[in-house]
Amino acid sequence: MGKLTKIVVLAKQVPDTRNVGKDAMTPEGTVNRAALAAIFNPEDLNALEMALQMKDRIGNATVEVLTMGPQRAADVIREAMFRGADGGYLLSGREFAGSDTLATSYALACALRKINPDIVVAGRQAIDGDTAQVGPQVAEKLNLPQVTYAEELVAINDTEITIKRRLERGSEVVIAPLPAVVTVNASAKECRPRNAKRVMKYKYALATSEMAVAEYKAKAFIEERPYLHIIEFGAADVNPDPEQLGLSGSPTKVKKIENVVFQAKEAKKLTSDDADINTLMVELIAGHTLG
Amino acid sequence: MANFYSDNKDLQYHLSHPLMKRIIELKERNFADANVYDYAPQDVEDALDSYRRVLDIVGEVCGEVIAANAESVDHEGPRVVNDHVEYASGTVKNIEALNEAGLGGMTLPRKYDGLNMPVTCFAMANEMVARADAGFENIWGLQDCAETINEFASEEIKMKFLPRVSAGETCAMDLTEPDAGSDLGAVMLKASWDEEGQTWRLNGCKRFITNGDGDISLVLARTEEGTKDARGLSMLIYDKRDGGVKVRRIENKLGIKGSPTCELVFNNAPAVLVGDRKMGLIKYVMSLMNAARLGISAQSTGLCEAAYREALKYAQEREQFGKPIIKFAAVSEMLKNMEAKTLASRALLYETARFVDIYKQLSHISHDRSLEAEERQEMKFYNRLADGFTPLAKMFASEYANEVAYDSIQIHGGSGYMKDYACERLYRDARIMNIYEGTTQLQVVAAINHVTKGTYLEQIMRYEEEATSEATKPLFDTLVELRKVYEKAIERVETIDKEASGYKDFHSRRLVEIAGYVIMSHIMLRQAREVEADYLNPTKIFVKYAVKKVTEAATYIEASEASDVELFKA
Repeated sequence: MGKLTKIVVLAKQVPDTRNVGKDAMTPEGTVNRAALAAIFNPEDLNALEMALQMKDRIGNATVEVLTMGPQRAADVIREAMFRGADGGYLLSGREFAGSDTLATSYALACALRKINPDIVVAGRQAIDGDTAQVGPQVAEKLNLPQVTYAEELVAINDTEITIKRRLERGSEVVIAPLPAVVTVNASAKECRPRNAKRVMKYKYALATSEMAVAEYKAKAFIEERPYLHIIEFGAADVNPDPEQLGLSGSPTKVKKIENVVFQAKEAKKLTSDDADINTLMVELIAGHTLG
Repeated sequence: MANFYSDNKDLQYHLSHPLMKRIIELKERNFADANVYDYAPQDVEDALDSYRRVLDIVGEVCGEVIAANAESVDHEGPRVVNDHVEYASGTVKNIEALNEAGLGGMTLPRKYDGLNMPVTCFAMANEMVARADAGFENIWGLQDCAETINEFASEEIKMKFLPRVSAGETCAMDLTEPDAGSDLGAVMLKASWDEEGQTWRLNGCKRFITNGDGDISLVLARTEEGTKDARGLSMLIYDKRDGGVKVRRIENKLGIKGSPTCELVFNNAPAVLVGDRKMGLIKYVMSLMNAARLGISAQSTGLCEAAYREALKYAQEREQFGKPIIKFAAVSEMLKNMEAKTLASRALLYETARFVDIYKQLSHISHDRSLEAEERQEMKFYNRLADGFTPLAKMFASEYANEVAYDSIQIHGGSGYMKDYACERLYRDARIMNIYEGTTQLQVVAAINHVTKGTYLEQIMRYEEEATSEATKPLFDTLVELRKVYEKAIERVETIDKEASGYKDFHSRRLVEIAGYVIMSHIMLRQAREVEADYLNPTKIFVKYAVKKVTEAATYIEASEASDVELFKA
């Protein structure tokens, strides 16, 4: 294969909502980020693995990670480099603050236009918002075909990609022309572990703004080794329409956040006879759980 | 996310020991590799940081992958298919994960694609792997065969085999035969020179070979026709890619079921000679065995950790008479003693590993340049300590593994006797640890020389010279008393031995145990001084236990007459 295939993984740093303690939510009902570890969004790790498999299959390819977030989100890029990614881009700036999925996908699409990848791979959804909107919205904005719920990479070549998708009651295999966007399901292969030599090689990698505040020695060290430099884009670098960024580009309005605590207060035993089922139906419709 | 490194403060403590600095300096030799390899460290801090990060990866693979597969591997086990070993499916996944993480060749130099990490770190990795699955540790830990190749083989052989170990190929050491177990001088597997093929050829049988179908095997064989003792044995490498060895059967064992213990038939199998002829057992196997013994010490410590944690968890969750059973004094006392034994076992293990590191590394340097007088002195000093401490570490850790696993079942009560809990597997797995790579009785044979030569006493006196703290002073005084008991016991035994030959032999285990308890207590005491909050109480508990064990042995010796030698003869 002559041409270099450029693969970009969209990844997000998220609070670890899988291990929540009592202080996970603030009294106001928002996520208490200080109490939760910042982690690599789990399905984005599945996405990274699939991207690395694409590279393993075609050989002449690069895998890079694009993440939008504050400076510390560069951790996600370093983590990806430890697991096999060649490098990454940090999209960072106060203009992006307060983005909903629409503004996020707009910003990512702007950055992707600049990077110009052949394949974009993303996790299905993030565990903090659970919307599953960003991947598909990016595909729409870039006018690219999209394959969602990807579970397995079946085949790939210069011009097309074959993917097995996980559906509600089975699976299907689809072929998409490249370039394309693929969003990956949690049922796909788990990400390979961090690699010892890669960790030792990339542990000092820094994004541009991290370099700016690093001590002189670290800066000189990275300048000698360009592979340790994580590229950072500010808003101005990706030529956006400022109105579509951050809060102003986010039509989502949160009306109210409620802290719901599930608990079983009383138990009721139902049999499978028609009368019991009928009672249950009536109850569920009355409570607006059904209908 | 389970991580066996980040959840183990004691393990992390041992990586920060002051001697690590010297070890890194010797290992990195002025950090010359930093200009050649993009993963080589720049300085001591950088190296330590890399060690921590790599061990954190090991901890994650152990916690997430290997531990999760342990039960199914125990049930499924390996099989023989077409004369070769097929691992349990979980074992295959374990190897895959460790290789993806690039953890082969941990101690090998970078020119062979290794990670160039100290033996101490490799022991830590082994400990974590064993905590996850002791049987699997046998397969993975055998990469220390590569250390023997690195130490004694020609550059050509090293270039051929070592990068393969770094890439994740597995090893085996083929020593034991049906009539040559502890007595390896009786090995009969024949190696003959094939003039036409310009290679050595191996013919015969090996038995009880762990991972016998590994990719690269170190084979002890008789190259000198007509000889019958150790002087006719040489060390050779058999490459599985060449063919010529069949696996006749896999033993059906009590424990470590995931580890294939093979009976092998060599039929004209080609092999290359390592180092010099006739040095196989005398020199190379001794080095190999010392490394393997340290490996079992790490394996045993990992098993102690696993068994203790299983028991602790159960005791916290299980309620009887309206409260968790950990609240009952009889249970909590057992748990506290299990914890103390685990910590003491680990303390002795890494003290030993550090001695081995300094001595081995100076020995490697001596192959490239002649050592300065001071370095020669240093090498001799640590060589003696490494030789003296290795049998102690192997013996105590493996006996403790059995004791802690036994108590772990006891705390589980009837449930622990069922197959539903991991403690029964740990109990079965532990049982081999004080047997293979030299039984406890054979470790005593190696260790008693160091009682006689004074290696232990000298080191105890050095420990006594270390500063004490206020909180540890009473414990220190107790240890001085125990040392006096040790000296008195040696004196009595050596005096009576002069008139009744065999008396010292009869009491050798008791003497070695006394030495071991005093030594482990001192290492624990040092830790209690440094990190009082973590170690003072476990050290108090361990010293109480040491007093009991030392008193028991010393009382026995005190009351033992010369006639006991005859009394116990069978």
